[in-house]
Amino acid sequence: MTAKDLALKLKEKFGELVSEPQEFRSEITVSVNDPARIAEVCAYAKQTLGFDYLVDITSIDNLGEQPRWAVVYELYGYSHHCHLRLKTNITEESSCLPTVSNIWKTANWHEREIYDMMGIRFEGHPDLRRILLWEGYPYHPLRKDFPLQGKPSEVPEVAFTQTAPLEGGPFVTKPGETASEREPRSRDSLESP
Amino acid sequence: MAEGDVIVTRLDAAINWFRKYSLWPMPMGLACCAIELMASGASRFDIARFGSEVMRFSPRQSDVMIVSGTVTYKMALVVKRLYDQMAEPKWVIAMGACASTGGMYRSYAVLQGVDKILPVDIYISGCPTRPEALLDALIKLQQKVSREPITSMLKKIT
Repeated sequence: MTAKDLALKLKEKFGELVSEPQEFRSEITVSVNDPARIAEVCAYAKQTLGFDYLVDITSIDNLGEQPRWAVVYELYGYSHHCHLRLKTNITEESSCLPTVSNIWKTANWHEREIYDMMGIRFEGHPDLRRILLWEGYPYHPLRKDFPLQGKPSEVPEVAFTQTAPLEGGPFVTKPGETASEREPRSRDSLESP
Repeated sequence: MAEGDVIVTRLDAAINWFRKYSLWPMPMGLACCAIELMASGASRFDIARFGSEVMRFSPRQSDVMIVSGTVTYKMALVVKRLYDQMAEPKWVIAMGACASTGGMYRSYAVLQGVDKILPVDIYISGCPTRPEALLDALIKLQQKVSREPITSMLKKIT
């Protein structure tokens, strides 16, 4: 039993809902076309296909593209040692997914982190609060349109934030022959040599 | 000097002398600098040689807050509250690049230097700071304490 076989079983069960398994460097990815049915696919993957371990859930901000968000589920099965990746796209208007925390308990905190950092909500989540930042912080800092230096905010008695001085940064590297070429430099100085 | 002899000195010199050799730290360990702070307390570097081995995890019994590590905005007001709970006289050491200036964390989440919320007496460079540098800072703080006039202590208390 390989990950590809399991992905084909998923395709057999859900048909048009899921894409053909895509293989890249021996890792299998399956896209789910309807984000509202992701929990259904996950439940089948766990209960029938034996993916009993949810490794991680991550979110991607494709700013400027439609739909804006991509959410990625990394699954693993301890019995067959196969790894499968599920991907789904959500529009900025909805920014909402069904929770999988009732399928894998561990999803509880992963979903809270995505809600905290990216602002995607999870319907049916038992306790959807911020997990890293504090209640009342008005932004979602992992979004591409959020500046690295931050924005000022104030929650009295709890926390405050100010913008950080970047002094020409953030600093980036570029490939080069010598170490001095590869040194981190500010973007401005890279563009105007 | 035989028993019953008398020494005459200035009151502030005597009080400062007592204080400088019993600076009890409040270990505000927030990141990797706290590991070096622990090393300073252990036998190789031995902060006890300077009278500061009594790490009090209660602000009420501490004299000097050693802010060792990255102060995030989430932690900033907690650090401030602990400092406010310390009894006068009190001092602050900003240990390492993060506590002094925010260090490499030019970001939305990190306070850019603990001196934005606390009056810092000594800044130490380093990422993380070596224990020797912390001991040097402690000796410099002792020198500062020994120069403190008694009138300023009274002013602080009243």
